[in-house]
Amino acid sequence: MKTFELLFFGFCTLMVLLGGVVTVGAKNPIRGAMGLLGTIAGIAGMYLGLHAEFLAAVQFIVYAGAVVVLFLFVIMLLGPSATSPRDARTAIPRYFGAAVFVATAAAAMGVLIRAGTGPTTLAEAPAKLGTIEGLGHELFTKAVVPFELSGALLLIAVVGAVAVARGRQPDPTMLPAAEKVKQDAHHPPAATAVAQPSERARRELGAHGKDAS
Amino acid sequence: MSSVPIQYFLVVAAALFVIGSVGFLLRRNLLVLLMSIELMLNAVNLTLVAYNRAQPLNLSATGTPVDHTGQILAFFVIAVAAAEAAVGLAIVLAFFRVRRSVRSDDADILRN
Repeated sequence: MKTFELLFFGFCTLMVLLGGVVTVGAKNPIRGAMGLLGTIAGIAGMYLGLHAEFLAAVQFIVYAGAVVVLFLFVIMLLGPSATSPRDARTAIPRYFGAAVFVATAAAAMGVLIRAGTGPTTLAEAPAKLGTIEGLGHELFTKAVVPFELSGALLLIAVVGAVAVARGRQPDPTMLPAAEKVKQDAHHPPAATAVAQPSERARRELGAHGKDAS
Repeated sequence: MSSVPIQYFLVVAAALFVIGSVGFLLRRNLLVLLMSIELMLNAVNLTLVAYNRAQPLNLSATGTPVDHTGQILAFFVIAVAAAEAAVGLAIVLAFFRVRRSVRSDDADILRN
């Protein structure tokens, strides 16, 4: 049991870190999205090891099912221009900034490791930790206001995303009256030609409907 | 049942956060920048859930037998991350419509 858990943890670690490196390093954003998918799956596996089964399911549904698919949709909408060419204009400051960050993080991790570790094994988890029942009870009692607010946040985000992504398009119903008249004058025969068959079709449909009933 | 120490999870989360932030600093493709943000949010979530597993149980304060604060926080982070991804990708699309590019260096209309 112990070796199996350690093996599973190692496998998830490999997926998380490899996926992260692929996400950051891939030239093609589609490959990056696949790396993100690997990271998300690895994190979901770690949630299982930490007694957060419900969060593991949510992670798969929300991240793998929605966020990564959204990324893929946008990449496909952009087409080949989603891959931006590399250029070396500001390469040195960027790499310098990244190196400073990595050095700081490595130093912090080194200090933490030198400071020693606590107990290496955890106490037995209570039965309801991370289940839908346990988490849901707390979500709907202690955290019910933030829960409702997150619903409002998601609604606003969806409306805002649609508004931003559609851009500014002319609304046909808001055209000035003069233009509308001009448009009508341009296509009067087409309008009548469309209207007549549709009228006849509607009558036929009505007749069929009467027959059927 | 719990043979993997909590520190292992924290170290993995820290490494993932470093990878995400290095990607955010190094890359200039807006899509990759958004994916790096997702990596960092995932790392923070892993830390929250790991500490939720490790903390002593709070039996008396709330009356409930288990304390889920970290997991609930991670739940809200996931919701906010989904909203952020939707709005961010919409902004990328709008930006692409204006500049025909997804490079963050091209977002310099205010400078010129």
